[in-house]
Amino acid sequence: MKLAVQVNEGPYQHEASDSAYHFTKAALEKGHEVFRVFFYHDGVLNGTRLTTPPQDDRNIVERWVELAEKYDLDLVLCVAAAQRRGIVDEGEAERNGKDATNIAPKFRISGLGQLIEAAIQCDRLVVFGD
Amino acid sequence: MADLYTVNKSPFEKNSLEDAIRFSSEGASILLIEDGVYGAMAGTAVSDLVANASGRKFYALRADVKARGISEDRLIDGVELVDYAGFVDLVVECDKVQAWL
Amino acid sequence: MSDVKKFMYLNRRAPYGTIYAWESLEVVLIGAAFDQEVSLMFVDDGVFQIVKGSDTSELDMKNFTPTYRTLGDYGVRHMYVDKKSLEDRGLTQDDLIEVAWEDWETEEEVDNIVEVVDSEQIAKLLEESDVVFSF
Repeated sequence: MKLAVQVNEGPYQHEASDSAYHFTKAALEKGHEVFRVFFYHDGVLNGTRLTTPPQDDRNIVERWVELAEKYDLDLVLCVAAAQRRGIVDEGEAERNGKDATNIAPKFRISGLGQLIEAAIQCDRLVVFGD
Repeated sequence: MADLYTVNKSPFEKNSLEDAIRFSSEGASILLIEDGVYGAMAGTAVSDLVANASGRKFYALRADVKARGISEDRLIDGVELVDYAGFVDLVVECDKVQAWL
Repeated sequence: MSDVKKFMYLNRRAPYGTIYAWESLEVVLIGAAFDQEVSLMFVDDGVFQIVKGSDTSELDMKNFTPTYRTLGDYGVRHMYVDKKSLEDRGLTQDDLIEVAWEDWETEEEVDNIVEVVDSEQIAKLLEESDVVFSF
């Protein structure tokens, strides 16, 4: 089955990103296709490479990156939400005159159309939020 | 077939569980995850919500139940525990998922 | 060419106190380009999103409430409002904005696509949808 996952909240503040991660991992391990994980609202904060969580707890950002590397997962941060919250890649830095980037590897910034496209193309949309 | 309703907030915090029951029909499955698992506890002021919701099948995510120290004997009768693989199966088996956040 | 799906945007939160109402509206606006069958559902505090008379000037926040009135131009055919949520909040349909819709091809016109519905109707509408978006 072809699945789409939406994450509405940032790492640690809410359990949403954890739940989404475990669900996505379980789906992939069962051989399903996860077409896209779309991060919206504060969910875009999962895409910063600058977190330093305590050593004795899970590293939420790194976990997503590792899952993406293993399964070639498409992790998309909504551009409008990312701009509002200061998650920046090279393209955004150049376009908006920012002096730094902070996006984590394997994440990409793109438009809301990516969420709509996933909803159209997939068999299921599963949303994790607050 | 029918829809899978996910509820992730405690019934003492939000009315999402109440809504999921109100806006579902017979045959629907309701999966409690995160703080939503508190809705599966027997003997609370809101246990009747679940106990009286005829025709709905209730599930709770074991990982979230255990994390919150809820022992299985404190769950409402008929609530079935699932792991994440079971969550995936529910998603695949249903018609579609509705997230009542 | 994919089949047209029935999209339902589920709105349960009040405007301005959090960003969910506005950012979910942005999805509806972008989604218009994809020509799906789109409905919005307002439940719980979501009904406050389409109440008349919003003035955000003293808050120094962008007032996005007028945007709801244009949704007829963005491919939205139905805006359903939960009767119980309205009643619990002391509101009636008179407190809500009106949204006009016109089909550019057939020239069919509807004065107001905002429709108050009960729990049973809502359960059915949700069941008939192909995708439910939650924010």
